[in-house]
Amino acid sequence: MAFENWSAFWAMGGYALYVWASYAITALALGLTLLQPLRRRKALFAELQRQRRRSAGEAMATVPTSTEKYEQR
Amino acid sequence: MSAGLMHAFVAVLRRDLLLALRRRGDSLNPLLFFVLAVTLFPLGIGPEPQRLAEVAPGVLWVAALLATLLSLDSLFRADHEDGALEQLMLMPQPLSVLVLAKILAHWLVSGLPLLLMSPLLGVVLHLPEASFGALFLGLALGTPVLSLVGAIGAALTVGLRRGGMLLSLLVLPLYVPVLIFGAGAVAQAGMGLSYAGQLAMLGALLALSLSLAPLACAAALRVTEN
Amino acid sequence: MWSFFYKLASPKWFYELAGKLLPWFAIGAAMSFALGGIWGLAFSPPDYQQGDSVRIMYIHVPAAILSLSVYTFMAITAIIGLVWKIKLAHMVSANAAPIGAAFTAIALATGSLWGRPMWGTWWEWDARLTSELILLFLYFGVMALRNAIDERTTADKAAGLLAVVGVVNVPIIHYSVEWWNTLHQGSSITSLARIAKPAIHADMLWPLLLMILAFKLFFVTVLLMRTRNEVLDRERRSAWVGELLETRDGV
Repeated sequence: MAFENWSAFWAMGGYALYVWASYAITALALGLTLLQPLRRRKALFAELQRQRRRSAGEAMATVPTSTEKYEQR
Repeated sequence: MSAGLMHAFVAVLRRDLLLALRRRGDSLNPLLFFVLAVTLFPLGIGPEPQRLAEVAPGVLWVAALLATLLSLDSLFRADHEDGALEQLMLMPQPLSVLVLAKILAHWLVSGLPLLLMSPLLGVVLHLPEASFGALFLGLALGTPVLSLVGAIGAALTVGLRRGGMLLSLLVLPLYVPVLIFGAGAVAQAGMGLSYAGQLAMLGALLALSLSLAPLACAAALRVTEN
Repeated sequence: MWSFFYKLASPKWFYELAGKLLPWFAIGAAMSFALGGIWGLAFSPPDYQQGDSVRIMYIHVPAAILSLSVYTFMAITAIIGLVWKIKLAHMVSANAAPIGAAFTAIALATGSLWGRPMWGTWWEWDARLTSELILLFLYFGVMALRNAIDERTTADKAAGLLAVVGVVNVPIIHYSVEWWNTLHQGSSITSLARIAKPAIHADMLWPLLLMILAFKLFFVTVLLMRTRNEVLDRERRSAWVGELLETRDGV
């Protein structure tokens, strides 16, 4: 360990602002980068399921064998 | 270059020059912008000769860069709208050579006037006498690079609405080396140092862009124009 | 080799393989971030000149290295897409761009924060920072061009071409900025590039390498996630996506 105690660790030898701000900004940027595809995936699946149900519903109304029809398409 | 290719090259060049001559007003706009932009600087930072001389290399080069950027939009737009670009792509000759003719015409219309006007603007900005050679030679080597590299951006944005803003975002970062070596040469010369190195770099950039930019430009046109 | 190549280029196959690999990359990234971060922040020695501010290096340097290599990666995948007309390569290329831009932004922000105690200003026209700034604009250009074109195939090819043009220019820009920097800067200011490679102590090298690994694994993880989304989006009308939705629906 390069520091004597916890308060020395948080103080970063007087560079606390710069060091912790750097790590915080990095964590934030990487977090957002990671979050974006996760949310997109959720939204995309919801959208695709909705779309599927709608088209399945339409198929049901015209032709009874809905799943079979779906797979053919 | 075979005779047919040469012929086509000259034909495209002549056509573009004739069109530019017919739209004289539009063709002179970049030059007007160049002069106007340079004139604004003394008004903005004060008329002290010392200070003007200090910023003159950068101001002249940045103004030349922006003037070229403004002129790029017209490089393919009119041809795209009236279908001439499609005709060009259907010609049996390699598209890159024909595109090079268009770029050369563009430089003759927009780059060359800037080059010829630059000494006058150098005088206005109290550029040291020793710097004029570097300014002129630098612009002579640099403005064709600006036209060549800019043409790639123009080809990529040709069919787009709001293409202008996007074009500057695409092209300006690529202009950085030209700006650095061009303005650097003028500054070096002002300090009485040799600027051969910077000119050599500009020459290398010209050679590189001359050989690669027409190919990239032709590829870009094939992508955006279909 | 070639059959593997084309199999990989099949969206369905990619989607499944990427899904299987994803957790491993994610775990690897999380572990190396944790290990490298703790090592760098708490256990590596302070620099004899810069004290503890040197700990910013463990994120600044990996972000700067990755910002460049992601751009190269983006251009290479674009070339693969353009030459062999592989759509998947374009999708990968497209989704590398935002991650690379994020790394570039991190390198800029941490560089500025690192420079503040050293230079006394938040922004110095340091060679590395200036190059990173221009690189950020190059990323934005590729992303903006892709967004501006509605037709997907055209957008793929145009943005790919721009990435290739950019990657030819990156070394030229880098070199010119370096030259410009030595011309205009007195020796009183130490550049980030110089302080980042002192005769580096092993206790600093290991956490640094770990963090570089962490950034790489993070890149792969997010890239796979993003590309999977895009594959799903573009292939929404295909039979395999229909089957996938069916099984996920739980019906």
